[in-house]
Formats: sequence, structure tokens, C-alpha cells
Amino acid sequence: MTKALRIIRRGGVLTVLGLLGLVAVYILALVYTPTEVRQGLAQKIFYVHAPAAWAALMAFSLVGIVSGLYLWLRDERLDRFAASSAEVGLVFSVIMLTTGPIWGKPVWGTWWTWDARLTLTLFLFFLFVGYLALRAALEDPGERGRFAAVVGLLGLVLVPFVHLSVYLFRTLHPQPVLVKPSAPSMPPEMLRTLLISFGVFTLLYLGFVMVRYGLQLATDEAAREAHDAG
Amino acid sequence: MISWLRQVMLLAGKDLRIEWRSRTALLSAVVFASLVLVIFVFARDPATVPTSALAPSVLWITVTLASTLTFTRAFALELDQGAIDGLRLSPVTPGALFTGKYLANLAFVFTVEVVAVPLFLLFFNTTFGSAWPGILGTLVLATVGFVAVGTVFGAMAIRTRFADLMLLILLLPFLVPPLMVAVQATVRLLAARPLSEIAGWLRFLLIYDIVFLTLGALVFPAILDE
Repeated sequence: MTKALRIIRRGGVLTVLGLLGLVAVYILALVYTPTEVRQGLAQKIFYVHAPAAWAALMAFSLVGIVSGLYLWLRDERLDRFAASSAEVGLVFSVIMLTTGPIWGKPVWGTWWTWDARLTLTLFLFFLFVGYLALRAALEDPGERGRFAAVVGLLGLVLVPFVHLSVYLFRTLHPQPVLVKPSAPSMPPEMLRTLLISFGVFTLLYLGFVMVRYGLQLATDEAAREAHDAG
Repeated sequence: MISWLRQVMLLAGKDLRIEWRSRTALLSAVVFASLVLVIFVFARDPATVPTSALAPSVLWITVTLASTLTFTRAFALELDQGAIDGLRLSPVTPGALFTGKYLANLAFVFTVEVVAVPLFLLFFNTTFGSAWPGILGTLVLATVGFVAVGTVFGAMAIRTRFADLMLLILLLPFLVPPLMVAVQATVRLLAARPLSEIAGWLRFLLIYDIVFLTLGALVFPAILDE
């Protein structure tokens, strides 16, 4: 059994566990947690949205940090991990960007607002897309790794600038009172479900990344064998 | 062994000399900037939107978009007949190469701005009045930072098939924070607000410049590696 296949198997197990956990989160969210007084059933999406945002943010930070390490150590495992994490992060950021407006429309009264957090997540999405587009456009593995790492690292450094500039921008345009996340203290059932969901999404992230990493490893090995044979 | 500064000057001078001999890119960028300005004049309802309401946004969008034209050009020069290999073999350090390319790009963008800003004043029938030192300062601070990012991304984008499109996809998210801040500062300056009111924004631009110039110089060797 090759190493790549072993990693894919293990990642697959984690993914299945994560998906079962997701079913549990859905059941908990619908049955166990109380319905929020002001937001009604719309609030249930929170148990998916916030953990997806967490997974996307974690994926993005890890891409940035690992990219920096890759530029220093030039270990191809780091590059493979960064690529996997970026792809998985893109998926989670799409979940975050679609569930957000679905919740925002009934609760905030608008699909989208240029709130600091929303703008930041949109930037994460664009940076992921740019990172992956550059990877896809480069043939040479060495070049792909180095260039992607530069984008990953610079992207991570850009985040505080985006946050600060949006904040400066927003202070000039106060948001309507309606568009204000209401966050009163949370009943324990809600908090517990949310924490479980955070765990589940972390598990899903790990599972997806492992499968993706294993696939990339297999691809690289196959390419190397073909190269050696040719 | 020639000194680092001399290497930088030689490299920047070489790029600018090549550009000066043909002037294709510079002229295209200037024409492009003029056309963007014209489009903005007509892409509004003149009865309801006065040019003054659009002026700060138009100035910044025109300047940033026209500047992006230079970044792939800087490295397209080196791909021609493998000139980059000659540079790699020469005793030029990657840091000097980055700084040389950066300075040439900066000179190019400043030239575009020198033409675009008076045209903007003409087409939009506006004046900076006493705000011009502040606006000039904002222009310089914003340009210094995004040219650093553009130089790095230009060197990478040129290795892909759709270099100019790839450059924009990578670069535009990085241009938004300085653009946003520069527009806000310009709005304030045109409204004759005191300079102290935009000190925070100018500091933001300065930090952006320092961070991305430093990072650009640090990561640039990784782009050149074979």
C-alpha cells in the first residue's frame, strides 16, 4: 500500500466521521436548541455558518503560515499541504458566503452589506481564488510552489490592512441600526451545539485536506515515475 | 564587484532606456488613462451626478488601472531572447534586481500620473486648490506601496499564459486597501479639511509601503530561483 493511499484512506475515515457529526449537528440544531426569539428559525443557519467561517479562516491562516515556511525550508510536503488547504478553504469560504446572505436577508433585511467582517471574508475568497488560479496556470512544480507561497504569504499579510481600511471606511458610513448583529448571551443548548459544530467542521477540514493531500502526493509520484520511465 | 546601489541604478536605467527608445508602453498607458477618464465622464447622468461627486474615485481608479499596465511589461523585457538568464549569470543580487525593477516601475507609474492628473483636472473641470500638497503626498504614498506589490506579482504573472489577466486577479485585492484609503483622504482634502484629519490614513499608507516593500525584497529571490 502506497503512502498516498494510506493518507487518503485516513482522510476518508475522518471525512465520514465529520459528515456523521454534521448530521448530528443538524439534528441538535433543529431539535435540541431553542428557537431564537427575534430571528426565529433563520438563526439555525448560524450552526453551519460560523463553523464554516472558522474552517475557512483556519485554512487561510495555515496557507499563509505554511507558505512562509515553504519559502524558508523548501520542503515539498509544505507546498502540497498549502495547496490542499487552499482548495478546502475555498469550499468552506463558499459555504460561508452563501449561508451568510441566506441568513442576512430575513434578519438584517439585506443580502449583503459592506460590514468589516463580510468584506474581509469576501477578500479571503478572492485571495483563495487568485492563489489557486496561479497554481493552475503554472506547469513547473518548483515554480508553482514558490510563486504560490509568495501569494499565500503576502495574502496573510494583507488581511490586517483590509480589516483596518474597511474599519476606517465604515466609521465614515455608520451602518443602519437594523444591520447590527444581535448577540445576547447564548442559552447553553445553543453554545453546546455551536461548539460541537466547530469541532465537526475542524474534523471535516482535516479529512478533506488529508484526502486532497494524498491525491496530490499520488499525482506527484505518478508524474515522477512517468518522468523517470521517459 | 560593483556596489549594490550602482547595480540598482544600472538595472533601473536599462529598463527606462529600453522604454524610452520605443515609448510604446508609456504612450499606451497614457492613452489608456485618458480613455478611462473620458469613459467616466460619459458613464454618468450629467443631470443628477456632478463630476465633483465622482472626482476622487475617478482619479484613483484611473491611476491604479493605468499603472497595472507596467508590471508585466517590466519582466516581458527579460523573457525576450532569454535576457533573464543573462541577468541571473551576472553578479547582480536578487535584491538589486528587485529594487532596480521597482524603481523603473515607479518612474513609469509616476510619469503616467504626471500626465493623467492634469488631464483629470481638465476633464473634470476641477482644481486641487490649496489641497494639492496633501493630494500629491497621498498619491506618492499610495503609489510607492502598490508598485512594490505589482513588481512582485508582475514577475510571477509573466510566467503564465494569460499574464495580464493573472496579474489583475492577483493584484486587485492588494490594491483595494490603499485605494480605499487614498480615496477617503482625497475626499477630505478636496473638501478643504485640515491635514491633521487625514494623518491616520497617511500613516496607514506609509505602513503599507514599508511592509510590502520589505516583503517584496524578501520574497523576490524565491521568484528568480531556478
